[in-house]
Amino acid sequence: MEKRARFESRWLPYALIAPQMAITLVFFFLPAAQCLYQSLLVQDAFGNATQFVWFENFQDLFRNDEYLASFRVTAVFSFLVAILGLSISLLLAVLADRVIRSATIYKTLLIWPYAVAPAVAAVLWLFLFNPTLGIVAHWLKGFGIPWDPLLNGTHALVMVVVAAIWKQISYNFLFFLAGLQSIPKSLIEAAAIDGAGPVKRFVTIVFPLLSPTTFFLLVVNIIYAFIETFAIIDAATGGGPGQATQILVYKVYADGFKGLDLGSSYAQSVVLMVILITLTVVQFRYVERKVQY
Amino acid sequence: MIENRPILTFFSHLILVIGVALVALPVYVTFVASSLAVDEVLQSPMPMLPGSHLIENYTKVLSQGASTNVTTAPVGHMMFNSLVSALVIAIGKITISLLSAFAIVYFRFRFRTLAFWMIFVTLMLPVEVRILPTFKVVSDLHMLDTYAGLTVPLIASATATFLFRQFFLTIPDELAEAARIDGAGPMRFFWDVVVPLSRPSIAALFLILFIFGWNQYLWPLLVTTDESMYTTVIGIKRMIAGGEAATEWNLVMATAMLAMLPPALLVLLTQKWFVKGLVDTEK
Repeated sequence: MEKRARFESRWLPYALIAPQMAITLVFFFLPAAQCLYQSLLVQDAFGNATQFVWFENFQDLFRNDEYLASFRVTAVFSFLVAILGLSISLLLAVLADRVIRSATIYKTLLIWPYAVAPAVAAVLWLFLFNPTLGIVAHWLKGFGIPWDPLLNGTHALVMVVVAAIWKQISYNFLFFLAGLQSIPKSLIEAAAIDGAGPVKRFVTIVFPLLSPTTFFLLVVNIIYAFIETFAIIDAATGGGPGQATQILVYKVYADGFKGLDLGSSYAQSVVLMVILITLTVVQFRYVERKVQY
Repeated sequence: MIENRPILTFFSHLILVIGVALVALPVYVTFVASSLAVDEVLQSPMPMLPGSHLIENYTKVLSQGASTNVTTAPVGHMMFNSLVSALVIAIGKITISLLSAFAIVYFRFRFRTLAFWMIFVTLMLPVEVRILPTFKVVSDLHMLDTYAGLTVPLIASATATFLFRQFFLTIPDELAEAARIDGAGPMRFFWDVVVPLSRPSIAALFLILFIFGWNQYLWPLLVTTDESMYTTVIGIKRMIAGGEAATEWNLVMATAMLAMLPPALLVLLTQKWFVKGLVDTEK
């Protein structure tokens, strides 16, 4: 879409767009280009000598068991966060949509975790799951589960998954509720008259009509689990115990700032960029299709 | 309601109430913990009803910070840092996005498409995937431990630019033509027509961006080493870094409540605007 009415000026549009361009170039493109370039270099530990090695860093990376393990952790983590998070939010949204008169109250009561910083969410759950003083850990012990996320990798993973889902519930809930409320009531009434019960209506009408929202949220949640959960991992477990919760974005940070394995950290950044670009392209192709609806 | 199924309605409410309770549980426990004395928090299980040290704990963290074992700046100062960075990030993002969207929509100039695509690509390059080189750029510019370092690198915004572009395209062409006939230049048109018309979008976006700025984690973690520059979220992380024995959980939890309060209040008080902002930015 283009405007018919425009203004003419030789310099003004450049001046208007300059601040955005300056920040984009200095803080986005320059670092990203450096990432690409440095990922092809090997540096000794003191930064004195560098050598151009083509794709050796990447070859090393995909032969490195620790990195492959981190890939697996990321896959399990993102899968659990996306699937469980979406299922719980969908259930709550469908029920809130049913009790239409009280929907607003439930919305208000479920909306606020959006405002909580991921790192703060992590600290709250860290406290609840703390093996000596956490209340949830205490309940779990009552059920005979020897709970200790500081030593047990699976327990630590469960803890960060719970924190990540908790933080994201309000976002998913809001979008699901909006999607449900935009489904024409006449379709559902027609099905009800034909004798379809609530479950059948959900399976055959509501869920298929909701699929654009679901797909959109699926991509958003995967991106969230890949990137934005950094704060949760860092504040709750620091990637441990061992490597049990070390997701890819955390490993970039750990190798670059703590391990000082620069070449590898740059190469990992490039791999993450490729994954993220793929996900964003998928997301936007879908948005284009939604416009035609 | 399509049909009357009282049992199903009852179960709907039941599950929703359980859901709301589970979502609220961590914050309730945090609140209770923040009102206890340090030896009460260390009991297992800890009490589930608020104690009597509420005001004492909050005054202590606000004015002195936690704690005896790990030194941090007063939380009051951290909250000031959070407020400054959240405001600068939100206002900065809105300002430069308004200007660039105005340029892209109302002018035809060389490199217009290139500029548009460059802004788009920033969506795919969050700080998390280019940690080291971005840190290096900021450190070379001597912006570590400054408010500028905390905020400026986060100010570019593709989502805000697209949102404003989308909105500007819906402004009737007649308004721009009328302004031109009346002899108004582009900047006059921008201030007197475009900005006032954009006010609802600006308000909704401000809420989202303020929360985004307040809740930043990775970036302040990298660029602040001086404790007087810590934001509240980073402060909490530093308070628990001393290890199990050194952590005074009642004070940490009071700080966590203070970190949550401003953005949560903002969301609850402006719910309608907030939901609009959230849905619009994702379109």
